[in-house]
Amino acid sequence: MKKNMNKNYFEVLRPGINSTFQDNGRNNFYHIGIPFSGAMDNRNFILANTISNNEINNPVLEFAYQGPKLKYIGENISINVTGDVNFKIIRKNKNLEFSCYENIILENNDCLDILSTNRSVYGYLSIGGTFEVDYYLNSCSTNTKAKIGANSGKKLEKGQIIHLKNIKKILPKNKIEYLNSKIENIRIIKGPHFDYFSKDAIDSFLSDEFNVTKLSDRMGIRLKGPKISNIKNTNIKSEGLVKGVIQITADGDPIIMLSDHGTIGGYPKIGVVISADYDKLVQIPPGSKIKFKEINLKDAETIFKLYEMETQNLISNFK
Amino acid sequence: MIKNISNLGDAALYCDFGTEVNKEINRNVINYFNNLRDSNFLGITNITPSYNKLVISFDLKLTSFAKLKKQVENLELKKKNNSKNNLIKIPVCCAEEFALDIKRLQKLLKINEAKIYETFFSKNYYCYMTGFIAGMPFLGDMDKSLFAKRLETPRVKVPKNSIGITEQFCNIYTFESPGGWNIIGKTPVDIFDNKKNTEPNLINPGDTISFYPISKLEYEKKYE
Repeated sequence: MKKNMNKNYFEVLRPGINSTFQDNGRNNFYHIGIPFSGAMDNRNFILANTISNNEINNPVLEFAYQGPKLKYIGENISINVTGDVNFKIIRKNKNLEFSCYENIILENNDCLDILSTNRSVYGYLSIGGTFEVDYYLNSCSTNTKAKIGANSGKKLEKGQIIHLKNIKKILPKNKIEYLNSKIENIRIIKGPHFDYFSKDAIDSFLSDEFNVTKLSDRMGIRLKGPKISNIKNTNIKSEGLVKGVIQITADGDPIIMLSDHGTIGGYPKIGVVISADYDKLVQIPPGSKIKFKEINLKDAETIFKLYEMETQNLISNFK
Repeated sequence: MIKNISNLGDAALYCDFGTEVNKEINRNVINYFNNLRDSNFLGITNITPSYNKLVISFDLKLTSFAKLKKQVENLELKKKNNSKNNLIKIPVCCAEEFALDIKRLQKLLKINEAKIYETFFSKNYYCYMTGFIAGMPFLGDMDKSLFAKRLETPRVKVPKNSIGITEQFCNIYTFESPGGWNIIGKTPVDIFDNKKNTEPNLINPGDTISFYPISKLEYEKKYE
C-alpha cells in the first residue's frame, strides 16, 4: 500500500440539502434508462476545474441551496467555489470571508462552511487535487435514483469522510472575474407536438409568466401558470427525451426535463430549451417567475457558439 | 424506414418511423439503433430507441443538426443483425403478497386468476425499449384478453422487481418507483444490476422474454 494514503480528507459535519459528486456526465446509456447526469451548470463546473488547474472532467462537489460544512485534515490545499455562493472558512475560531472564483488555501483543521447559494440553486467546490470517488460506466456522476456513481449513488451524508488524492502544489493566487447573470426569458425551439395545443394555449405559453415550483430538482423543473390545453391527445406513445424538453402533463402544466430526467416519457413535447440557456435555466430557484420565447434553430445554434466562445474566453483569460 | 427527421431542440434528432406500435416498425427502429451504435458518427452522445421513434442527441460543440441529419439519411444499413438479441427466461412468483392487483384484474377482465396466469405465461414477449427508470423493459404484446387499464391513482411506491401489465404491454420495475401498472407478481432476478460496470441491464431492446412461474419457496431460494 502507498504511504500517507488517506492523509488528506474532509469530514462532513453537515451534508447540505443535495450535495453530490459530479463530472461531465455519462454518455450513451439512455437506451438502457440511464440519463446523462453530470454537473447541472456546466459552465460553473468547467470554471471550477479551470481555477484548480485540473483536467476539465475532474470530479467536483455540487451542492444546492444550502451547501455542506466540511472539516479539513491534511497538508495545505488550494480550493475554489463557483456559482453565486455565500461561504466562509473558520480558522482557529475566526471567520474568514472569501469570494467565489478565486484560489483559496485551506489549512489543517480549517472548517469550510458553504452557507447558501444566493438567489440561485447550484454551486461547486473544486480542489487542487482529486476527490477519491467511485466511477460507474465511465463517470463519477452520482445518480441517486439509479443509485449509481460516486458515494454509492448517494447524496453526501453526515459524518462521512471524503478522501483526497493527487494533492497539487499550492496554486498562485488568481481569480476569474465573472458575474452570474440571471435570466427570466427562457428561449425555446418548437417541439414535435407543438400543434397538439390550441392557438390560445400557445399564445399563453409564449406570453404569460410561469412560477417555478418547489417540486423541482435534478430531474426536472415543475411550473405552474395558466393551463396549457391540449386539443389532440394528452398522452403519446412513450418516446425518447433529452434535457431541456418541455412536456405538458395531462393536467396542462409544463415540466422541463433536467440532467437526471427519466429517459423516455409519454407527454407531448411543446418545446425544448436552447442549449445556450440551459446553465442559467437550472439556476432559477423555486418561487421565481419565468417566460418562454420562441426562436428558430439557426439562431439557437449561433447563440450557442457565442455562449461557448464566452466560456473559452473566461478560461483563456485566466490561464 | 424513417419517415421524417426533425430537430428536437438544437442538440438532438427526432426520427419518426410512424405512429403505430408493432414489432415490424420497432425492429426498424432497433436496426437503425444498432447500425448507428457501430457508425462512430462524430458528436453523438445518446441514442434512444422507443416504440416508433429514435432520438439521437449530440454534442453541439462537435456537430450540428444539419450535418448529423445528412449522415443518418445516408447511413448504409447493414443487414438486420439480431445476433445481439437474446431469449431470456425470467422466473415470476405470483404469491398473494406480490400479486398486488390480481383481484382487481379478475374483476376488471372477468377472468379467474388461474386463467390470467395461464394466458400470461403462455406467450413470449418482445422488448420494444428499455428506460424511463434504469433498465426497465417495455415488453409486448399481451394477449387481448388481458388488456387492462392503468390504476386510476398510481401507487407511490411499486416494489422493486414487480411485474406489471397495462394495455398491450408488460414491464418489470427495476427499482422501487411510483407507477400505475397492474402488478401480478415479482421476480427474484435483478434486471438492472448497479454493481455491474459492463452491461448492467439484463434485457435490451429487441430481446425476447419468456416468463415462467415459480413457487414462494423457489423464490426465496433464488434470493439466498
